Amino acid sequence: MSRPETIFALATAPGRAGVAVIRISGPQAGAALQALCGKLPKPRQAARVRFCDPLGGQPLDDGLALWFPAPGSFTGEDVAELQGHGGKAVIDSLLSALCTLPGLRPAEPGEFTRRAFENGKLDLTQAEGLADLINAETEAQHRQALRQMDGALARLFDGWRSDLIRHLAHLEAFIDFPDEPIPDHLDQAVRAGISALAGAMSAHLADGHRGERIRDGLYIAVVGAPNAGKSSLVNALARREAAIVSAAAGTTRDVIEVHLDLGGYPVILADTAGLREAAEEVEAEGIRRALQRAENADLRLAVFDAGLAPGWDQTTLALIDDRTEVILNKTETTSLPEDLRIAGRRPHRISAAGGQGMAGLLAALTDRVRSLLETQGAPALTRQRHRVALEECVESLQRSLTAPDLELMAEDLRLAARALGRITGRVEVDDLLDVIFRDFCIGK
Amino acid sequence: MNDSFDVIVVGGGHAGTEAAAAAARMGAKTLLLTHKLETVGEMSCNPAIGGLAKGHLVREIDALDGVMARAIDRGGIQFRMLNQSKGPAVRGPRAQADRKLYRQAVQDILRETENLTQWAAAVEDLILADDNRVIGVKTADGRSIGAGAVVLTTGTFLRGLIHLGEQTWPAGRIDEAPALGLSVTLERLALRLGRLKTGTPARLDGRTIDWAGLEMQPGDDPPQPFSFLTDRITTPQIACGITYTTDQTHQIIRDNIHRSPMYSGQIQSVGPRYCPSVEDKIVRFADKERHQVFLEPEGLDDPTVYPNGISTSLPAEVQDALIHSIPGLEQVVILRPGYAIEYDFVDPRELRPSLEVQKAPGLFLAGQINGTTGYEEAGAQGLVAGVNAALLASGADRDDAFVPDRADGYLGVMIDDLVTLGTQEPYRMFTSRAEYRLLLRADNADLRLTPMGMEAGVISNARAAAFVAKREALDEARARMQALTATPKELAAAGLHVNQDGVRRSALDLFSYQTVTWQTLNTLWPELMEIPPAVAEQLEIEGRYAGYLNRQTTDIAAYRKDEGLSLPDDLDYATVGSLSAEIRLKLTNARPATLGAAARIPGMTPAALTALLGHVKKMKKSAA
Ligand SMILES: Cc1cc2nc3c(=O)[nH]c(=O)nc-3n(C[C@H](O)[C@H](O)[C@H](O)COP(=O)(O)OP(=O)(O)OC[C@H]3O[C@@H](n4cnc5c(N)ncnc54)[C@H](O)[C@@H]3O)c2cc1C
Repeated sequence: MSRPETIFALATAPGRAGVAVIRISGPQAGAALQALCGKLPKPRQAARVRFCDPLGGQPLDDGLALWFPAPGSFTGEDVAELQGHGGKAVIDSLLSALCTLPGLRPAEPGEFTRRAFENGKLDLTQAEGLADLINAETEAQHRQALRQMDGALARLFDGWRSDLIRHLAHLEAFIDFPDEPIPDHLDQAVRAGISALAGAMSAHLADGHRGERIRDGLYIAVVGAPNAGKSSLVNALARREAAIVSAAAGTTRDVIEVHLDLGGYPVILADTAGLREAAEEVEAEGIRRALQRAENADLRLAVFDAGLAPGWDQTTLALIDDRTEVILNKTETTSLPEDLRIAGRRPHRISAAGGQGMAGLLAALTDRVRSLLETQGAPALTRQRHRVALEECVESLQRSLTAPDLELMAEDLRLAARALGRITGRVEVDDLLDVIFRDFCIGK
Repeated sequence: MNDSFDVIVVGGGHAGTEAAAAAARMGAKTLLLTHKLETVGEMSCNPAIGGLAKGHLVREIDALDGVMARAIDRGGIQFRMLNQSKGPAVRGPRAQADRKLYRQAVQDILRETENLTQWAAAVEDLILADDNRVIGVKTADGRSIGAGAVVLTTGTFLRGLIHLGEQTWPAGRIDEAPALGLSVTLERLALRLGRLKTGTPARLDGRTIDWAGLEMQPGDDPPQPFSFLTDRITTPQIACGITYTTDQTHQIIRDNIHRSPMYSGQIQSVGPRYCPSVEDKIVRFADKERHQVFLEPEGLDDPTVYPNGISTSLPAEVQDALIHSIPGLEQVVILRPGYAIEYDFVDPRELRPSLEVQKAPGLFLAGQINGTTGYEEAGAQGLVAGVNAALLASGADRDDAFVPDRADGYLGVMIDDLVTLGTQEPYRMFTSRAEYRLLLRADNADLRLTPMGMEAGVISNARAAAFVAKREALDEARARMQALTATPKELAAAGLHVNQDGVRRSALDLFSYQTVTWQTLNTLWPELMEIPPAVAEQLEIEGRYAGYLNRQTTDIAAYRKDEGLSLPDDLDYATVGSLSAEIRLKLTNARPATLGAAARIPGMTPAALTALLGHVKKMKKSAA
C-alpha cells in the first residue's frame, strides 16, 4: 500500500477575510508545520508563530499554528492548521511555500472530506454542508474559472487541450488501426507538435514572474532629488499601521527597504539615495545603484518638490515612464494650477508631512498594485493547482518524446492529458475517438 | 413447465455459445435454445476473429477457458500478430477464419461440453414470477421451460430490419427470420430500448477474381495461436488480396448517394463510425483518392470472398457497378449483395456489472443486444453472463458475482463502460479505452484472469493445471533473475554501460535499458538460457515496462479503493440531499454499482460524489 500523499488547501473562502486558515493533512503535515514555523506546537493548542519561507527563511506572516496528530483530527490523519492574515498575498505566499515542500501537493476538490469519510470522521450533516463548500471547486467551475480568466488565457488553455487531444488521438489511431493506411510521417508530426506544446507551456509557466512577485513582493522604488521628500513619503506610507507587515532598515547606505501590505499584496518600498551630482566617489556609487534599482523596479514613485516648480529635477524627469506614478510633495507650501502637468502627467498632490492627499495616494497605489499582481478571477488556490498540474503536464510531454516505444509515448501523453484535464476538464475516450474518426478514414 | 434447467441461454451466436459453455463449465444444468442448430457459431459478417483490443478480448475469453480462441485455432486460415513492430501491450492477434471450419469447431466444443443440452427453438417470451423475477421461457412451438436464470443473446435479431437500397424487410440476418416477440417482452419489462444499425458488404465468387494483378498479404509464419492451450496451428494457411477503389467507384457512389438508405433518411439509427459504409467513406473523406479493400477468402474449399472495406446498402445494381469498377474485380460474379440492418438493443445501463437486468432479476443480457458490435465483444460478455447466471441459479449471493474490473481486463473495461455510460453507437473495443493498457496485454491474459476464473469455478482441471505450472515456472525464473546481480564494473566488462554508481543491478533490472536483450543477459549469465521462451518473454516485458507498470499499479490501487465502495441497488436518488436535478437524472439512469463508477459518469461533480458517499454511509449505519 502506498503512503497517502500529504495535501493542503485553503479552508476559508478565498478572497479577503480577516483570518485565513490553511489545512494540511497527511503523513508530512507535521514536517510541513515544522518547516514553516520552526517548531511543532503542543497538540491541540494554538501557538503564536511566525511563518517563514522554508527555503529562504524570510518571514511570510505572523499567526497561529495548530497541530492535530492522527487519529484525533478532522480527517483522521495528521493535520496541521495555519491561521494567518486573510490577505491574498499572504495566502499565496504560504501556499507557494507549501508547494515547495516534498510530498505535499494542493488538494483536489473534496479530498479532505473524502479522507475524513474514509477514516470515519464525518457524519451526513457535516458532509452536506461541506459539499456545498466544495461545490465552488468543481470541474465545471474550473472551466468557468478558465472562461473568466482574460480571453487570451482561456483561449490558450483551450488550444492546448485540443492540441493535446489531437496528438494523442493521432497516436492512438496509429496504435489501434494498424491495417489502415495512416501516413508514416504522422509519428514525426506528432513529435514536432508535442515539443511545440511543451515549449509553449514551459514558456507560460516561466512567464510574468507574477507568482514570484506575489511571493517576494512588488518592488517599488521611490526616486527624486534630495529633499524632494522621499523619506517622509516612505515614512508616511509606512506609518499607516494597518498596512505595516514589517519594517527593516536597509543594510546599505543607499537603499532603505520597507515591507508593506497594500490591499493584501506584499510590496517592498525602496527609499533610494537622492539623485544629485555626486560629490564623492562613495556617494556616486550609491546613486548609480539607486538608478539601477529604479530601473529594475516594478513600479516607480517619482517625487517632486512643489516649491521648486517649474524647475523640475532633470534626472528624475528622465525616469518617468508607464511604470511611474508622479507625485508632487509639499503642496502645502505653494498653490499651483489645478491642471498642472509634469512630463505630461497629472501628479498626485500630497503633503507627506501634513498628511494631505495621502489617503488618495494610498488608494491609487493599491489599485495599481492590484492590477499588476492580480490574475483575474481565479482564486489563489486554483491557480496554485493549475501551476502544479501544468508542470506535471509539461514533464509528461517531455518524457513522451524520449519514450522508447509508441505505446509508452502514448502512455506519457495520457498522463499529460490527465494533468491538463485537472485544469480544463477531463479528457474522455470519446474525445479521442471523435478526433480519430474525424481525421482518418478508418475501418473496413 | 415442460422441462426445467438451471440456466437457459437464448441464441447460439458468439455471446450465446460462450454463455452456455461457461454456465455448463460452472456445473449448471444448461440449455441452449437457438433458431437453428446448424447456425450455432455462425459468423454473421466478416469471417475473422481478433485484431487490436478484440484479440485481447479473445485471449481473455481463453484465459477463462472459453470457446472462441480454441475454435479459431482450429478454423483459422491466416494468422497475423498486428502491431508486431510496436510494443507488447499493443500487439493484437488476428485470424481469418474458414467460416465452415470455425462454426464446426464451435459446435464440436459445445457438443463435448458436459451439462449442456442444445435445442432448436425460437423463444417468443419470458416467464415471469409476480415479482418480475424471470423463471423460464416460452418457445414459438408452445413449450414452457423453467430456469433458475435466463441469458438472452439474440444479436441483431430483435425487430431486425434489413435495408437494401429502397427495399426493406424484417429479418435477423440475411435469410433468417427476426425475433419480434422478445422485443415486446423487453418493453413490457419497461427496459429502455434503442435502435442501432450495422452493415455488411456483398459476397464475391473468388474464382472470378483476377488475382494475378493484386497485392497479396500472407499471414505470419509460423502462425501464433490464440489459445494458451494450443501448441501450434495445423490448418493450412492462405493469403488475402488487397485492391483499391478508383475514381470511377467514387463517381458511381456520388451519383447514386440519394439511393443509399443512410442518406435518403430511410435509416435513422446510428451505425458504427469505425466501420463506415463505403458511401460514408466517399462522402466524409471526399479528398481521399482511394480506399483499401481486402479480399478475404471465407474458406479453404469455399469460393466465397468477403471484400472487406466496401460494406454498403446501396441498391443491388449500384453495388454491381461499383464493385466492377475495382481493379481485379472487373469480371467478378457477385454471390449476394451487401445490406444494412437495423435492430433493437437494450440500454446497457439497465444492467448490473454482472450483466443481470436490474429490473428483472434472473435475466441476463449479453452481446449485440447490449449495443455492442463484434464477435469478440459478444463472446466476452456471454462468458461473464454465463458465469453469473450459473452463480445466481446455484443460489450464490449477488455480492459474490463474477465481475472483472477495469484493471483485470478489457472485458472489465467494456462491461463497465456499457453499464455506467451506455452507448450511442455500436460499441467496439479499442485499446485506447483501457486506462491500464500496459498491464492489460494479450500475452498475460491468463496471468490476469485465470486465477479469478479458478476461484469462480469456470476453469477446467486441465487448464488449471497448465496454468499453475506456467505460473510456477515464471515465479521461479523471476526469482532467479532477481538473484543474479552485477556491479556497473562487471557490466562494463561485458560491454554494457550503466551509471558507475556502484549499485548492483539484477538481471531483471537490466531490461529497463533499451539495448539489453536476452542475448546480452545470456552472455553474462549463461544459466538463464534454460528459461523457457514463453516465460522469458513475460519477464522481458515486465522488465521493460517496469517503471510505467509501477505507476499504473499506484493508479490501480486508487481506482480499486473507489470501486470498493458499492452503492446499493435500491438507492433512491431522490432522497439524496444536495444533488442537482441533472445529476440526479444521470445517476438514476446509470444506477452505478460503485462510487468509482459514479465518478466516471460525465458531468459528475466532487460535491455530488461526496453527498452520495455521505448518504450511503448513513444508510449503512442505520441498517447496522
Ligand atoms: C449484417 C451484419 C453486419 C455486421 N457487421 C459487423 C461489422 O462490420 N463489424 C463487426 O464487428 N461486427 C459486425 N456484425 C456484428 C457481429 O456479427 C455481431 O456483433 C455478433 O455476431 C454478435 O453476436 P451475438 O452473439 O450477440 O449475436 P448473433 O451472432 O447475431 O447471434 C444471435 C443468435 O441468436 C439466435 N436468436 C435470436 N433470436 C432468437 C430467439 N428469439 N430464439 C432463439 N434464438 C434466437 C439467432 O438465431 C442467432 O443464432 C454484423 C452483423 C450483421 C448481422
